[in-house]
Amino acid sequence: MAFKRLSDEQLVELVEAAIFVSEKPLSKRGLQETVLQDFNISAKRLTQTIDSLVEHYSTRGVQLVEVASGYRFQAGPSLAEPLSKLWPEKAVKYSRATIETLALIAYRQPITRGEIEQVRGVAVSSNIMKSLLEREWITVVGQKDVPGKPALYATTKQFLDYFSLSGLEQLPNLPEQQDVKLEQILSDPSVREPS
Amino acid sequence: MSNSAPLAFLHGEAVLEKPEDLYIPPDALKVILESFEGPLDLLLYLIKRHKLDILQLPIHSITKQYVSYVELMKDLQLELAGEYLVMAALLAQIKSRMLLPTHEELEEEADPRAELVKRLQEYEQFKTAAETLKAQPHVGKDFFIANAEYIDTALDEEKLPDLSLKELVLAFGNVMARVKTLAHHQISSEVLSTRERMSRILRHLSENNGPCAFVTLFDFAEGRQGVVVTFIAMLELIKEQLVTFTQITPQSEIYLSLKLQE
Repeated sequence: MAFKRLSDEQLVELVEAAIFVSEKPLSKRGLQETVLQDFNISAKRLTQTIDSLVEHYSTRGVQLVEVASGYRFQAGPSLAEPLSKLWPEKAVKYSRATIETLALIAYRQPITRGEIEQVRGVAVSSNIMKSLLEREWITVVGQKDVPGKPALYATTKQFLDYFSLSGLEQLPNLPEQQDVKLEQILSDPSVREPS
Repeated sequence: MSNSAPLAFLHGEAVLEKPEDLYIPPDALKVILESFEGPLDLLLYLIKRHKLDILQLPIHSITKQYVSYVELMKDLQLELAGEYLVMAALLAQIKSRMLLPTHEELEEEADPRAELVKRLQEYEQFKTAAETLKAQPHVGKDFFIANAEYIDTALDEEKLPDLSLKELVLAFGNVMARVKTLAHHQISSEVLSTRERMSRILRHLSENNGPCAFVTLFDFAEGRQGVVVTFIAMLELIKEQLVTFTQITPQSEIYLSLKLQE
């Protein structure tokens, strides 16, 4: 099977157009398997092409960025304030319970619902899990091998895309726990209250 | 006695100490109480409000306050999750264990508060993490996804668009409106046969050797009744699958053509 040829300029145009018109971020693999499937484009050449586009757009209103599920064009925070006026209605706010649940899944994944409830000290409503699943921010990745086989939840690439991150390691660090010898302090008679 | 300057004067009396707590109107209190995400959250709030350290959990006073808040929530008829009562029981248990004398020789005995302190610490950690996560830049607030529209102009010419019956009826309405403006006074009405009109349309189409515009098939001189009969004849022909209607784009001219016989 003979591959068709593409000049560097044509390749740049095609990759640029594909990422722009695609509804979801496009990965290098996604590009190779769709728009580039009839062309034999080496990984190196594709990387150079994307790099040149990133460079080209670095000084424009939209930038080409890599998020978890691939490349996408987006306008950055510097224009957020005026751009937000395009959508006057306020976005729906998630409840604290939902965000706490999401945070636990993000940092402790894979995690069961019971484990989430253990930390939060309160039952997690089915609606919270449903809304996070529907938003495709979390997904069931397996079942814990304990009685009842509870589902194990993890965050998705869409979750990372939303925060414009390319990996979980880019999440802000968990706040440090006071790493004092807990038992020591507690067994210090001076902190005991007079009974 | 404190010899510092009074903070304020209230009803002529010097106020020397800062008030223990600010007055919270009952409605606002309800809002505060409703906002707790469970017993751990309430406990954390109580600890923070008194600027206490989780590690030095003063079980005696915290238990007292916790129970009074839970009572308050009951009074305000807030839906009280069972977890709140479980926590109240746990606090009471810890308190009673703290009251027992400690045996010096049993040094290994763990502090009864340890488990709860650990849970509070862990919960606080994730509460903060959730706040941080919420404040993270995200799509819709800080990032806006750029998309370009893909316009497919290479319309498949082989496949003609479908026509809905509604559009056909609307077109008929237009014809009817035109008839109205050209109406003659009818003296006598002749009997119009639908079947006869059907064959007339078929003949017209085959003579024409190709699609005919919808409106050209009507004879306006026949008046309202004639036009109606023609339209019914057309519908009959569609039903019997002898003709097809096509329309290239919405609002454009509708064409009739003979359906090719197998």
